[in-house]
Amino acid sequence: MGPAMSALDLARWQFAFTISAHIIFPAFSIGLASYLAVLEGLWLATGREVYLRVFRFWLKIFAVTFGMGVVSGIVMSYQFGTNWSVFSDKTGPVLGPLMGYEVLSAFFLEAGFLGVMLFGLSRVGPRLHFLATLMVAAGTLFSAFWILSVNSWMHTPAGYAVNAKGQFVPLDWWAVVFNPSFPYRLVHMVLAAYLTTAFVVGAVGAWHLLRDRRDEAAQLMFSMALWMAAAVTPLQVAAGDMHGLNTLKHQPMKIAAMEGHYETRAGAPLILFGWPDNDAGMVRNAIEVPRLGSYILTHDWNGEVKGLKAFPRADWPNTPLVFWSFRAMVGIGFAMLGIGLWSLWARWRGGPAEARWLQRATLLMGPSGFAAVLAGWITTEVGRQPYTVYGLLRTADSISPIAAPAVAASLAMFVVVYFAVFGAGTYYILRMMGQRPSDAMHGPDPHQPVRASGLMPGPAMGRAEH
Amino acid sequence: MPLDLPFVWAAIIAFAVLAYVVLDGFDLGVGILFPLLADREERDVAMNTIAPVWDGNETWLVLGGGGLFAVFPLAYAVLLPALYAPMIAMLLGLILRGVAFEFRWKTERGKFLWDWAFTCGSLIAAIAQGVALGALIQGIKVEGRAYAGGWLDWLTPFSLLTGIALVVGYALLGATWLVWRTDGELQSRAYALARPLALALLAAIGVVSLWTPLLNSQFLVRWFSWPAILYVVPVPLLTLAAAARLVLSLRDRHEVMPFAMTLALFVLCYIGLGISLYPAIVPPAISIWDAAAPDKSLAFLLAGTAVLLPLIIAYTVFSYWAFRGKVRAGAGYH
Repeated sequence: MGPAMSALDLARWQFAFTISAHIIFPAFSIGLASYLAVLEGLWLATGREVYLRVFRFWLKIFAVTFGMGVVSGIVMSYQFGTNWSVFSDKTGPVLGPLMGYEVLSAFFLEAGFLGVMLFGLSRVGPRLHFLATLMVAAGTLFSAFWILSVNSWMHTPAGYAVNAKGQFVPLDWWAVVFNPSFPYRLVHMVLAAYLTTAFVVGAVGAWHLLRDRRDEAAQLMFSMALWMAAAVTPLQVAAGDMHGLNTLKHQPMKIAAMEGHYETRAGAPLILFGWPDNDAGMVRNAIEVPRLGSYILTHDWNGEVKGLKAFPRADWPNTPLVFWSFRAMVGIGFAMLGIGLWSLWARWRGGPAEARWLQRATLLMGPSGFAAVLAGWITTEVGRQPYTVYGLLRTADSISPIAAPAVAASLAMFVVVYFAVFGAGTYYILRMMGQRPSDAMHGPDPHQPVRASGLMPGPAMGRAEH
Repeated sequence: MPLDLPFVWAAIIAFAVLAYVVLDGFDLGVGILFPLLADREERDVAMNTIAPVWDGNETWLVLGGGGLFAVFPLAYAVLLPALYAPMIAMLLGLILRGVAFEFRWKTERGKFLWDWAFTCGSLIAAIAQGVALGALIQGIKVEGRAYAGGWLDWLTPFSLLTGIALVVGYALLGATWLVWRTDGELQSRAYALARPLALALLAAIGVVSLWTPLLNSQFLVRWFSWPAILYVVPVPLLTLAAAARLVLSLRDRHEVMPFAMTLALFVLCYIGLGISLYPAIVPPAISIWDAAAPDKSLAFLLAGTAVLLPLIIAYTVFSYWAFRGKVRAGAGYH
């Protein structure tokens, strides 16, 4: 049992590591692709040069981010087979076609138009180039649609039967694709991606405003990002609440772990902080608000809330991790909401370009979206354990027949390569973010912006390095 | 008679894999040849010939893998554990080379590092794919619905030979691509590289073709029994014709023909492979019908594919068209 267990643990670590590294990039590129489309659209509509300048600034960053997303994503598309072959065999008939649609409707669309978007402005003209930008942005959203449908089905499987070979097979595709948790997860994740991007853009704008408050491009990105934060954070709070209620309906055990509820009771408290202890079956050092837990979950001060002890002990997830990652996500969400409200007040008081403390706070919040996205995914995915398909297929029964040393070796290589490659990429991105956006147009011929990337795409990218 | 959906899907997946091999083949080949180019400027130009299209090229690999998961889940679930080490190596290689496209323009001091990452990543991915192909041809040990061999079964003299053969093939695709898409000194260098690579590839095709029938009596029957030989003999004959045309076109310094003939060699070898293996998808035990998902899965994805695949081909062609013509060093950018 020993070696088999450790092969399972290693495969789980490998998946957790590679998917966590991967999600960083789409969380940013989904929002950034839409932002670029908006910027280019505004440039075409108004002819104001500052939009093009900000577009160019973020396009270079998008190219690097997108490249890292592509290569780390290819790993994911093969890892189901290499390390989770039983899962793949059993769920392929249901989940495979959804992933097939992701490749056909999203990946090809992004990849096919990315070259034109990055290098083609001078070759195809601004209108066709704008179309390419729109196609790339649409591709990122189609991709989110399909992969979140797949993920949601693993949480709330629907529309399936099980055949004689033990495979899940489709009965009703509509029910499979629009499984019960999918709409909530899709909205929650797309808003999260938009907020992640907004806070990165806002932080970069803040950084440049703190150095030069008259920088027009920095003013534009800071202001646009904060409008986004102010408008979307309240929506995200509402979407998150609805997603939570949906989870309560379909995965009550996960909610019990998120809330730290071990006992089933009416009028349950809201446990703010504490340390859940699965062995003791209680939350140690709990700080709680009486009855508020029941009110939030059931909208009734005396509503009954199920605790973990209502479920078999063997099915419990890693409660402390679910409990704390959930609090990290919610905490960051409320900090984002605070920035959004603060920005509205700052606008009323004379404009965000003058609000130095708001700029400092936004700068600090730059990476907050990534932390919230990771924390949220840890909550929902660790909360799905010990199953891959919730309630139906255990993680321990999903794994490939690969010996532990082979998995250990691949995990070690992934860690080394990812830290080296994505570490370097992050460094380059930070350096590009630090370049003044007003320099983004500098090139051999700044008076002809359409041609500024030259005939040769690569050198145009390299030229920006000063 | 109802549509044989597993057969239709086998054809689509086979097309996706072939598209991947020839498209990513030339850009992996450019990566393999990178250190043999004269200087930084030549490498910049070589990279610019593929920078706008490599991402689309690699997406065919995702379609191959994702498609296998969708329509032949049993094959996906058996093949990837069986080929664990080469697959992981391929993925890591693709990461190293994929990021190099952007990273090498972001640093002056570290540029040589990303140039090496580009080359090593391309080389690793090419070898790994060739080795995986060899291991597949040799046969995969299966029990029940799972791979039943060890984690080094893929490593044999035959699979190493196919690994090297694919590296040579990709390098030739890369060299003839550069012949087509560049001019001047870089083009001359590409011609000079293409000639020995062409001879090496023809030798490798010969050895693999003679070795393969000896691996399995079914292959021998397919190729040499009467009257089957009448149906299959056009493949080696056309291969010989393409080989001759390739060598002559390199001698006469044609610009497009060497690339076209190298593509033809890849397509013919691929057809030959299909003749040996069909209808096995995991040779020798699992056929396309054994591995197929239920018709309801196949039909659902086919409906969208029938619309989306032609669209994909259309905008891929548009993208290549937008970046047509000779690529030269950017005047005035230094």
